[in-house]
Amino acid sequence: MSVTSVEKDTESLTMTITAQFDAPSARVWQVWTDPRQLEKWWGPPTYPATVVGHDITPGGTVTYFMTGPEGDTHHGWWRVSAVDAPHHLEFVDGFADADGNPNPDMPVMNISVSLHEESGGTRMQVTTVFPTTEAMEQLAAMGMEEGMTAAMGQIDSLVMTESG
Amino acid sequence: MSGAGADRVFHALADTTRRDIVALVVQGEHSVSDLARRYPMSFAAVQKHVAVLERAGLVSKHRLGREQRVRGEVGTVREAHRVLDQIEALWQGRLGRIEDLVTSPPIPDSKGDTS
Repeated sequence: MSVTSVEKDTESLTMTITAQFDAPSARVWQVWTDPRQLEKWWGPPTYPATVVGHDITPGGTVTYFMTGPEGDTHHGWWRVSAVDAPHHLEFVDGFADADGNPNPDMPVMNISVSLHEESGGTRMQVTTVFPTTEAMEQLAAMGMEEGMTAAMGQIDSLVMTESG
Repeated sequence: MSGAGADRVFHALADTTRRDIVALVVQGEHSVSDLARRYPMSFAAVQKHVAVLERAGLVSKHRLGREQRVRGEVGTVREAHRVLDQIEALWQGRLGRIEDLVTSPPIPDSKGDTS
């Protein structure tokens, strides 16, 4: 996989990431629409996601929670706004309370996913629009987890290499 | 950086001229009149941009003789980048896991127990 571009626009609070996968678009589409596959990548490895409800139809809802290292849970939801399999998915991503109910005091993000088949692979573009910088801060905290996991992964592979 | 502070930072950085000013003064101090000569706008307009950046904590001003000197606040600039970089890191992690999923054979829990 190669991340072909990352565009960060601080004016419109938009981040667009483009990546290329060596798989047909129908296969890449599944990672969004199959809840068991979604669980394998949505949360950082230290905060794996468990998908509770999963209805990928316009107006449908996805509910999930992520479990932290201390057993702490963080609930979230999607509200699907557009589906065109296997090319386009658009949804609102928000935070929820401990019962999984959308928290109206927390910001929501708009996420738009586009898949295009290209030279035997699939080009995926994910555009996230943040309503406020506060929402960016909250998502950044998750990115920090990724950073730590990446560092730990590097240590792991180092140890494995050395022990042959 | 959080809440209102972050809002001021991102608002301040949303303007091309202000981004340019930050990039300049992070590398070295400039006087306001120095900056004003660089842009096709009035001294007052440049002064206004500097004031927005100052309120966001991205630059600081101090007087040197008759000059108003502007200096970049590297810490705040780094913070703004940190937020965006961390969100990017989150997606880099997600995309890496998607890659593993879509290129591995379609057998669930294929991790073999070799013991």
